Amino acid sequence: MAVDRFPVEAGHILMFARSIGDANPIYSDEEYARKTEVGRVIAPPTFVQSSAQFDPDWPLRPKIGEPWFGSGKEPTGARSNPTGGSGGGGAGAGLHAEQHFEYHRHLKPGDVLRGVTKDGRRWEKEGRRGGRLQFMEMITEFYDQNDELVITARSVGVRTEKLPEQS
Amino acid sequence: MALQASRLEVGQTHEEVVVEDLKRTQLVQYSGASGDYNPLHSDEVFATKVAGYPTVFAHGMLTMGLTGKMLTNWVGDGRLTSFGVRFVGQVWPGDTLTSRATVAAIREAGATKLVDLTVETVNQDGRTVMTGAASARIDP
Repeated sequence: MAVDRFPVEAGHILMFARSIGDANPIYSDEEYARKTEVGRVIAPPTFVQSSAQFDPDWPLRPKIGEPWFGSGKEPTGARSNPTGGSGGGGAGAGLHAEQHFEYHRHLKPGDVLRGVTKDGRRWEKEGRRGGRLQFMEMITEFYDQNDELVITARSVGVRTEKLPEQS
Repeated sequence: MALQASRLEVGQTHEEVVVEDLKRTQLVQYSGASGDYNPLHSDEVFATKVAGYPTVFAHGMLTMGLTGKMLTNWVGDGRLTSFGVRFVGQVWPGDTLTSRATVAAIREAGATKLVDLTVETVNQDGRTVMTGAASARIDP
């Protein structure tokens, strides 16, 4: 995952806040925000994850002219399922196990971020229900338009050999 | 309103119902906003026929986002310094989730006072779906 340019936009923040059912005016109302301690509209704490929208290689977004593994005429449109590192993946393959954020400051509309991702640790564990579990960690540092580190994100993905049994 | 160290004690809790009867449409909203269009979260045909799940299920990050709302409602806007979670159980349409934060420690880092919280989100059956921790700047 590499995000060269993630423009943080007011409309995107509003849609994101709606999607998590958060009516807090700090995420949309500039006039309200001016009178608060923060002093301006900011983004919710997990908003930075939507940098995926600006990752050209993000596997969990249909791409123009390429096959997509979701259903259409057939239950799946691809022979193999892509698996995303940080955000989950295809059937029985990759799931999101952990997510950690460190906030050096909170995002605001007008910020333009750059994400630099590096591989972290890898380890294996015998799962109780899902066979052998393979864990993979990725660390993404988000820098703003002034090259200042604003958020450090650590993501752990897990792959299973078979689908976990449903309970 | 920010929290005050003088009025906080270890063990103190805050909890909120962060979603009631989770709708599939909210999963679609979250897919659109976050950019995670994995069909497991919105495509019933794919989720059941290809992936073998009983239906679509929520993005882990949606549960984290819902839980974050409880945190910011309590600690105040722009106050979080860290927030991390483990996804331990799946969240399904129809679920009602309750998130709880518990004060684990109150500490100082230089001139800044911080509260460390443990975080847990449970479903309507009392099953834990997410655990985690967060820290926030607080007032003296």
